[in-house]
Amino acid sequence: MGTDHTPAASTEDTFPKLLLRNAKIYANRPAMREKDLGIWQTWTWSQVLDEVRACAIGLQRLGVKPGVKVAIVGDNRPRLYWTVAIAQSIGAIPVPVYQDSVAEEMGYVLEHAEVTVVVAEDQEQVDKVLQIREDNDKLALILYDDPRGLEEYTVKGLHSFEDVQEIGRKALAGSPDVETKWLDGIAKGKGTDTSVMLYTSGTTGRPKGVVLSADNILISARNACKFEGLNETDEIIAYLPMAWVGDHIFSFGQSYTAGFCVACPESPETIIQDLREIGPTYYFAPPGVFENVLTTVMIRMEDASPLKQKMFKYFLGVAERVGEPILNGEKVSFKDRVLYAIGRFLVYGPLLNNLGFSRVKIGYTAGEAIGPEMFRFYRSLGMNLKQLYGQTEASVFVTIQPDGEIRSDTVGPPGPDVELKIADSGEVLYRSPGVFVEYYKNAKATKETKTKDGWVHTGDVGFIDGMGHLRIIDRAKDVGHLNDGTLFPPKYIENKLKFFPNIKEAVAFGHDRDFSTAFINIDLDAVGNWAERNNVSYGSYQELAAHPDVYSMIQENIEKVNKDLAGEPDVAGGQIKRFLILHKELDPDDGEITRTRKVRRSTVNERYKPLIDALYDEKKERQHISTEVTFEDGRKGKLDAEVEIRSVETFPVEQAALQEAAE
Amino acid sequence: MSAAEAVEANGAQEKILNIENVSLSFGGVKAIRDVSFDVMKGEIRAIIGPNGAGKTSMLNVINGFYHPQEGSITYKGETRQDMRPYIAASQGIARTFQNVALFRGMSTLDNIMTGRSLKMNSNLFWHLWRWGPAENEELDHREFVEHIIGFLEIEAIRKTPVGRLPYGLQKRVELGRALAMEPDLLLLDEPMAGMNLEEKEDMSRFVLDVSAQFGTTIALIEHDMGVVMDLSDRVVVLDYGQKIADGTPDEVRKDQNVIDAYLGETH
Repeated sequence: MGTDHTPAASTEDTFPKLLLRNAKIYANRPAMREKDLGIWQTWTWSQVLDEVRACAIGLQRLGVKPGVKVAIVGDNRPRLYWTVAIAQSIGAIPVPVYQDSVAEEMGYVLEHAEVTVVVAEDQEQVDKVLQIREDNDKLALILYDDPRGLEEYTVKGLHSFEDVQEIGRKALAGSPDVETKWLDGIAKGKGTDTSVMLYTSGTTGRPKGVVLSADNILISARNACKFEGLNETDEIIAYLPMAWVGDHIFSFGQSYTAGFCVACPESPETIIQDLREIGPTYYFAPPGVFENVLTTVMIRMEDASPLKQKMFKYFLGVAERVGEPILNGEKVSFKDRVLYAIGRFLVYGPLLNNLGFSRVKIGYTAGEAIGPEMFRFYRSLGMNLKQLYGQTEASVFVTIQPDGEIRSDTVGPPGPDVELKIADSGEVLYRSPGVFVEYYKNAKATKETKTKDGWVHTGDVGFIDGMGHLRIIDRAKDVGHLNDGTLFPPKYIENKLKFFPNIKEAVAFGHDRDFSTAFINIDLDAVGNWAERNNVSYGSYQELAAHPDVYSMIQENIEKVNKDLAGEPDVAGGQIKRFLILHKELDPDDGEITRTRKVRRSTVNERYKPLIDALYDEKKERQHISTEVTFEDGRKGKLDAEVEIRSVETFPVEQAALQEAAE
Repeated sequence: MSAAEAVEANGAQEKILNIENVSLSFGGVKAIRDVSFDVMKGEIRAIIGPNGAGKTSMLNVINGFYHPQEGSITYKGETRQDMRPYIAASQGIARTFQNVALFRGMSTLDNIMTGRSLKMNSNLFWHLWRWGPAENEELDHREFVEHIIGFLEIEAIRKTPVGRLPYGLQKRVELGRALAMEPDLLLLDEPMAGMNLEEKEDMSRFVLDVSAQFGTTIALIEHDMGVVMDLSDRVVVLDYGQKIADGTPDEVRKDQNVIDAYLGETH
């Protein structure tokens, strides 16, 4: 105690050092929460230090040396977060791995990263790791968090987390030197040490291991905390994969720098209840999650009583009109302020509370462009949702929207200490303290991405607008042109489609073609609810997707998008002429989308070539397709379907403008 | 290592339940005719047979819902002509039903808590005020129930009214309620009826886990032959109320009577 915070900030250049600091200055503040037996359990910072120290020394006793790579495999569990600091405190390097990847994918990462120690969550993950170990004899040590089902295992090198801690505690009790030595080891750590290795999920090719130093993560996290005013009283819920850079920064990096508490959901299925119970003040979700929440709200409102529906619609209208200006601190008439206050009492407040968003101070969304309507929806309810643009290679932050300068069509100006420039090709480049060290064992890719003077190629096309905000159009390799030369930005069109609750996923085609077309995935919840209300019976996704009424509904949605596009001269040529509803949902197990739900275009092109060809053969109204699918247990099967193709109305640019004038 | 092997390894081939020459009839209908079999401690014992073979009647005899006209039942060394449901329950026999029999308006948690009611000892006075010994007792029981919720991975539906749950989950809740009784013998009546493949796989895993973790003896009726053959240590086959085979899944599979009665013929 008694140390001045500011100079302290400059001496703590690694996370184990920050942990020691937090255990001192925030000793009795909550650091981590987890629900056990239905009740939230809390660890304070000093308790976390205790847990970390015991396990770290236990691992040392088991022969883990500095430089060793420690893979972390599992959902967001306190012990897995501690493992990051545990590894760092003994000079080892944590490598969080996507927990839902199949054994083959995981096996590649473990081998490429030369992992020798694995900390796994439960039996499921241990089984996977043991399967990988059959071909990879380097995996010497496996720790597990949840012992259920593992009691009978008699495998070499398999230990429970608790057992290792016990070894550590015994060693600590045996001699005071043990702790001193451990502390000395931490003191020797430097900011340039590798802090973590994160494998990018990658829309193409094998995942790449991004090496990030303690400086990268620490400075980025600290800058962002300062920028948003985050401190030890904040709280976050950690539910996104630990292998994803965002979670690493938000739930580890920033938690350590600001000293705030991280709550781990009970299980991935309970996240909605947990969110409501915890009421985080800091929240991140990709647009897809916000989309899902909005869809659920809308579905549930349709089942509500007429009075409630009326009230909901009316006050949503009010919010749409004045909610954002009020949040941005602009001038709004007294009458509207009163109406908005009533709305907050009757609708917005209860709604946000129900979703667990009522305490949110800062909500981020990133990863994909968010539909402007959706963005406005949340902001108009009074939730301070912001966009952010980032990358693993940047330790997340490239641009952040500052309060008061928030718009749905840009991702904001460069974050603190970030420089931004646009290459002649339109590609966005940045340089910042968070810029990664290298791709692990891949000098070629490092050289292609990072220039000698530290500029990083993002692979995204965009421009900086008059206010200095960055606007991203699309992935550089995805932006295309129709045969007549008009711009075709697929993601832009897809996002417009996806705003409709009925549409879960969309893939637009049009590059090097005469016109654009689209694949649609319907949202089974929303359309299923509609089917229930309209007495449409269906046995499967495939059956519902092929229903003529569903087609008509989607057709209306697409025509609305076309009308919308017709109002924007730059992209009016991208209006969709023909579409089909896919007979199956795009699935990460089939490689069609990434685990973070980004469409893998090349895979889709390849797997559904007959369907794409049929979209461009204007005589065809049906097309047969046979697709290989992977079931959840890894078995493969074939799915056959006759898919209907429909044409939709497109609107000339002038006509749309005229219609709008007439309305 | 299967449960039966575990028992053998211990050298303690203890019979938890012995059914001897049991016959049950309803008026002129003979539901069970002179059936004898036993259940060893810790094993998973399956009762199979075509529709109307008397499987559910057999379970009802075991837990005392039906009283057989002839024969005897020996449970934990005590021989009776018939069981009484409350004796069965208090002596550690729990069951689930072919058609889910839960309290539809109550939450998952409350439904499972009802499985603890036999274990609640403090008197009505305390329970009325939920205070003093009653409160402590309830906390202990809640903790036990939370273990079951964790075990069956139904955290997400803890507070959901059971009537709103899909069928597969309702079955799981029912298993939870039976487990809350900490049974020595668990009777499962078609635990996987009406489930899809994935739900069946989950349920099978839970049945095996129950056996492995709690050492509970399980007697189950099931139609899905694949499930029966994979799960059980021994199988008894009934047909028209009579026992036609008894043995390990492999023995039963090869038995000509069984092939004729069950597997080979259409129903």
